[in-house]
Amino acid sequence: MAFTDLVFYVFAAISVFAGVRVISSRNPVHSALYLVLAFFTTSALWLLLEAEFLAITLVLVYVGAVMVLFLFVVMMLDINLVSLREGFARYLPVGIAVGGIIVIEMIMVLSARYGDMPKPAPHPASYSNTEELGGVLYTVYVYPFEIAAVILLVAIVAAITLTLRRRPGTKHQDPAKQVAVKREDRVRLVKVPSEPRQ
Amino acid sequence: MVGLSHYLILGAVMFCLSVAGIFLNRKNVIILLMSIELMLLAVNTNFVAFSHYLGDTAGQIFVFFILTVAAAEAAIGLAILVVVFRNRSTINVEDLDAMKG
Repeated sequence: MAFTDLVFYVFAAISVFAGVRVISSRNPVHSALYLVLAFFTTSALWLLLEAEFLAITLVLVYVGAVMVLFLFVVMMLDINLVSLREGFARYLPVGIAVGGIIVIEMIMVLSARYGDMPKPAPHPASYSNTEELGGVLYTVYVYPFEIAAVILLVAIVAAITLTLRRRPGTKHQDPAKQVAVKREDRVRLVKVPSEPRQ
Repeated sequence: MVGLSHYLILGAVMFCLSVAGIFLNRKNVIILLMSIELMLLAVNTNFVAFSHYLGDTAGQIFVFFILTVAAAEAAIGLAILVVVFRNRSTINVEDLDAMKG
């Protein structure tokens, strides 16, 4: 067994274990941390598949941004864990049955169909995955790329407008009023009579 | 010898784990969102594996866009969750039945 095969099996086992813990943890904080572990091991598997750019992006974007956001929200909300957990045992047989049936079906289909796919030749040392992705992304897929940028902008605006809360009584500045102010509103000239010299 | 089918089976197992997670944690919206993220990760693994074995970068481009959309979805979903918690003081799905669905 080659070394890469061993690496694959170890990381696949870790990611499946992390996936099990994500859905079965009692505490949502533990779920989020196990999801971080799942993302990390999956990015290692993507490195095995020579998708270096996406592997780094997965760690940077998901572990660095999305999962921190998840942890932020989980810790910010004061959740009653007991009431959220009830029904777990009741739905356990259904969940295992549906998940098990789907996975057995998929394994039967996939191992019969794609078992004999030849392994591609490894890229030379001068090959740059980032360069190749960039070359395609900015030429062939430039319109989807710009649409993705717009989607991110819309997401920023939506998230901010949803969570922005204007409470009455808080002291805040109104920039429109500040800009519109005139000299006459602020400066008052007072005529002071001069006194005769002693 | 690890081949394409090993990666596809790993993706299938992760996908079914998250399907089971949606069944098991029906009341906790946060774990539901995490299950959706895990599902997208499994699908992305399939895309990357096919891209590697077929020698086509289009699969990796697709993963790039899925990552973008998933990040936007997570941000908006969590924002909605925060607003729901602020108004109703609960994130239990059973209590959020104002629309009688």
